[in-house]
Amino acid sequence: MSTLTDPPPDIDPPDAATAAAHRTAASSPAAAPGTVLAGRRLSSRRVIPAPRRRRPVTAGSVLRWAVVILMSLVFLYPLAWLLAASLKPRGEVFDNALIPRTFQPQNFVEVWNQLPLLNWVGNSILIALLAAAFVTISSSLVAFGFAYFIFPGRNFLFGLVLATMMLPGAVTLVPQYLIWNQLGFVGTTVPLWGMNLFGSAFYIFLQRQFFLGLPREIFEAARVDGVGYFGLFWRMALPLSIPSFVIVFLFEFQASWNNLQSALVYLNFGAPEQYTVPLGIASAMTRYSPTNGGQGDYQYVMVAALVVTIPMLVLFAFGQRYFIEGAATQGRKG
Amino acid sequence: MTSSPLSRAVPRAPRRRSRMNRREAIAGFLFISPWIVGFAIFTLGAMVYSLVISFSNYQLATNTAAPVGFTNYRLLLEDPKVATALGNTLFYAVMAVPLEIAFALFLAMQLNRIGRGAGFFRTLYYLPKMTPTVATASIFFLLLNGNQGAVNKALAAIGIQGPQWLLDPDWVKPSIVLMTLWGVSGTMVILLAALKNVPRDLYEVSSIDGAGPVRQFFAITLPMISGALFFNVIVLTIAALQVFDQAYLLFYRDQVQAAPDASLFYGVYLFQQAFRQFNFGFAAAMAWLLFVIILLISLLQVRIGNRFVYYEQDR
Repeated sequence: MSTLTDPPPDIDPPDAATAAAHRTAASSPAAAPGTVLAGRRLSSRRVIPAPRRRRPVTAGSVLRWAVVILMSLVFLYPLAWLLAASLKPRGEVFDNALIPRTFQPQNFVEVWNQLPLLNWVGNSILIALLAAAFVTISSSLVAFGFAYFIFPGRNFLFGLVLATMMLPGAVTLVPQYLIWNQLGFVGTTVPLWGMNLFGSAFYIFLQRQFFLGLPREIFEAARVDGVGYFGLFWRMALPLSIPSFVIVFLFEFQASWNNLQSALVYLNFGAPEQYTVPLGIASAMTRYSPTNGGQGDYQYVMVAALVVTIPMLVLFAFGQRYFIEGAATQGRKG
Repeated sequence: MTSSPLSRAVPRAPRRRSRMNRREAIAGFLFISPWIVGFAIFTLGAMVYSLVISFSNYQLATNTAAPVGFTNYRLLLEDPKVATALGNTLFYAVMAVPLEIAFALFLAMQLNRIGRGAGFFRTLYYLPKMTPTVATASIFFLLLNGNQGAVNKALAAIGIQGPQWLLDPDWVKPSIVLMTLWGVSGTMVILLAALKNVPRDLYEVSSIDGAGPVRQFFAITLPMISGALFFNVIVLTIAALQVFDQAYLLFYRDQVQAAPDASLFYGVYLFQQAFRQFNFGFAAAMAWLLFVIILLISLLQVRIGNRFVYYEQDR
């Protein structure tokens, strides 16, 4: 029963890393992102003991398939509805037709005149890129420090890192605003990515796990060859842990894309052209609201909502495995 | 934490000269220095700062703060809106967290059982999670519209008079729960990973012993994934107690329209006090109250959880 005592997780850092390390030793120093997949396949082969037999069709399995398909409809309906609504004229936005009675594709042209959507998307892309790049680099530096080096207070400090994961954001919201205010950055985008220069607890945890899976021998060998400490990180740990980099980058990109509260706090009093995607669409919802003197032109809000969803779906299409494995990893930090 | 090559080799390595160790320690500190700086300023510094402010009447315009003792905390207890917001938030958490866990577990179990094709459906189910919150909110804002929304029209088609989701105080919180449930796939993915790690032989052996699916669920599945379940309960509770985005987008975005008191969540009221009224002292006191409440609830959950959670290392 080796599976009981040693449950191979979804991403198996030791396996993936070892596989990557062997490859590196053999050929090129750059480990392809596919290594995590290789590791995963290895490990999943270990979980499932025997080739599965074809299951007979039973009432239970038919029911299960029915439930699974029904649930797909539940999850997809709002998105299909969004697509339909974005193509409808003002008076029909609320109707339930998934195929619009009147097609109004010019919504997609008109929206750029109605709203500074291009600015919002541009601002959000810039902020998300900075936020994701900074947090990926800083978190992995810190993670490598915790994974490779021995220094006094290491376990205590890493305990603090884990503890900050549980700290409610509300507690630091006000003082962080005041700090940025003192520094004169309120009204700029700096507070939306600035803190990412200092690493983020969950990502530090995740990358440390990954680094711990790398065999120490290759680092010792590199030390003997005269590679400096930073070289160990930059030339060895970093190329070997590209999968965890991708996970962190994608996660933070998405988090930044969704970040409404910071935009509200730091950018709300600026010009609408400086808004980010969440703040901009929220303001558009208000602008068209009849209670606010709007005409109820919600079709433009729907177009905008669709436009800002598409980049996330594209990211998901390319990085699906990373998103799902990253999400599953969260369950293993406890 | 599982031992792994990098960490395992550390204690076994022969003791090197202390100068080497010292150089290594300095290098280690340099590597983690970004985090130390960030922690000192934006976490620890911020927490101390917020504690100081909560005992003052901080004025943003003049950037001055005079100590006022416990005044903010007294006002906090006297403000009926704080009690309302706290009640709403706890009510929401008690409703949302069990539903999220149950729904996510239900979905994960279905996907775990169908075998082939599970990956495809997992992808489909994950799409709502990729949808930006602001897009989700604008979709549900229209879907849940009491008079014209698709949800009520669908209910009317089967003869049910749907509620005024976004206006009726009784239905405000359920409407946010619905939105949250639509994006439940993050939790589902964690539980699905846990389910995949339950050894199949346990089911095979127990079915030979005559255990039915219900018995297997309670005797094998639940205990084996209790660690993941417990983790999700804690994380989802902390998130629910801080709920902001959905409530703000659905009810407080529009500052002209008066939102029903039932939608006044703690996070929203804190935000209003800080960034609309500029009562920073009051808001800081609110934040500390929330912190203490979250801490107490988490500790309580850990105490209760430890009795039920099965950890493999304990065997």
